[in-house]
Amino acid sequence: MTLRDGVFLGIGLLTSLAAVLSVTSSRVLHAALWLVVTLGGVAGCYLALGAELVALVQLLVYVGGVVVVLLFALMLTRAQGPEVVPVDVSRARRVLAAWVSAGLTVVLGWAMVALVGWESRGLAGPGNADIGAQIFDTWVWPFELLSLLLLLALVAAIAVARGAGVTEDTQTRTGGAHRGSREAGAG
Amino acid sequence: MSPALPILLAAVLVGAGTYGVLARRHAVLMVIGVELILAGAGMVLIAAGTFEPDDYASGAVLTMFVITIAAAEVVLALAVFVALYRARGHVDLQPDEASE
Repeated sequence: MTLRDGVFLGIGLLTSLAAVLSVTSSRVLHAALWLVVTLGGVAGCYLALGAELVALVQLLVYVGGVVVVLLFALMLTRAQGPEVVPVDVSRARRVLAAWVSAGLTVVLGWAMVALVGWESRGLAGPGNADIGAQIFDTWVWPFELLSLLLLLALVAAIAVARGAGVTEDTQTRTGGAHRGSREAGAG
Repeated sequence: MSPALPILLAAVLVGAGTYGVLARRHAVLMVIGVELILAGAGMVLIAAGTFEPDDYASGAVLTMFVITIAAAEVVLALAVFVALYRARGHVDLQPDEASE
């Protein structure tokens, strides 16, 4: 067991713990913050595997972008009214979901470890210069398609979030809910 | 290092993400589960690209593609949730059981 194994094991255990907490925390903000720890830990694991470029992209896009978008989504969709809306399904379904996901973890881990084995190997990943050259050589068309996908996603997100399909009736109903909660808060 | 370690971490991430998708009824928290599954997929890709390298740097490049597509997916999911919130006043995925 080398030093790199130890470092990866430490970061990996932290990441696993944070992942489990981010799907079991009953407070939505805590779940999003545990997701930050999880994705940062995944970036650390990429670093330990020698993939610096992917680790930095993970940090920039996920921790800097995706989590901020998720936090915005949590704040914009806060439940109205005094009653507390539960964030988890019923207890029986949670037990079933835990069994399903634990079984999936065991089957996936067992099958893939049987493929790669436990014996130690050297890190032989591509360097940053190789990755850059390959992106603009082999992968250039998928890369350009991705820019088109991002543009489409942004335009579609604006179109959907502006509520083109929302009728006047539902808008007044939501406005009523806003007023109702405000009155409840004042009372 | 042993290739089994990142593979096991990926399995744990996918398992946790599956639990999040199955057991959450808040829509944004369900998307957190999807993000964990995608992180597990990226971990497998990076491990494959590190221990079984090829000439095209497939592991690293495909992981960055997955990260980009996940960003686009989250943006669209946020837009759908905001529209859902405007229409219904909540983003609960099981509103019928809540009223019982």
